Amino acid sequence: MSGAPAAGIEVGTRPPARDIGPLTTRMFVRYAGASGDFNPIHYDDAMARSAGYPSVFAQGMLSAALLSGYAVEWLGADGVRRFAVRFREQVYPGDVLTCSGVVASVRATDEGTLVGVELQATVGERAAVTATAEFLLSG
Amino acid sequence: MGAPVGSTGDEYEVVVERGKIAEFAAAMRSEDPAYAGPDAVVPPTFLASATLWRPASGQVSLGFDRKRLLHGEQEYVFHGPPPRAGQRLRAVDRVTERYSKPGRRGGEMSFAVVVTEFRDDDGRLVAEARGTFIERAARPATEGGGS
Repeated sequence: MSGAPAAGIEVGTRPPARDIGPLTTRMFVRYAGASGDFNPIHYDDAMARSAGYPSVFAQGMLSAALLSGYAVEWLGADGVRRFAVRFREQVYPGDVLTCSGVVASVRATDEGTLVGVELQATVGERAAVTATAEFLLSG
Repeated sequence: MGAPVGSTGDEYEVVVERGKIAEFAAAMRSEDPAYAGPDAVVPPTFLASATLWRPASGQVSLGFDRKRLLHGEQEYVFHGPPPRAGQRLRAVDRVTERYSKPGRRGGEMSFAVVVTEFRDDDGRLVAEARGTFIERAARPATEGGGS
């Protein structure tokens, strides 16, 4: 099974950007439980400060998961074939992540239309995580 | 010294659980119906949680200082539709690359790439996870992304 129909998707297509947040320590705790990443630097302020950070900060993989959710809402959960993320900047409680994306490639295959997208989650002007992904769409 | 390129951990079982998918979807604030119910598919980064299934013997030791460890990049590839609730996978972690670069402020940054292959009961490759890990240079540096 593939994702959403490919109609109307072409190189340069951009869905509306979406804001997520403000992020909270509670979200980091929730992601820790879901993923099994229990590094205390993400929920223990004293630990984070002793490591030289101003406070706890989000797991990079949480920001990745939130950005992937934006992509899935756009292109469909079943269609994902590749999702690759690069971690760039820390994200702190109170930050708002702005997710955006653009279609970078469209290729017809035997199974459907393979759409390549570039994605980013920014805090203000700073890119927190950037990603590339491929989704197989029907038609 | 950490495990050289080609080293693998022991194979381990990963069962894709419906409740875990729901928990993961809630953590990523998704209300997508594809992540609910008996036929739920996994979200794109869900296989991060496969480490919960991994015994110590399944892990490859990179030999990096935890205090200087950064997660630089992470990729998931699905060779078909993403796995669904109820599916049983067999996973193997493998070191595929190791290299170093001069740090921006002196010293040496070490890189390692670990690939986890997820196969079904027939041995068919279902998904791959590829993590790039960085050990920052020993002396300076308080910057850099990652978690």
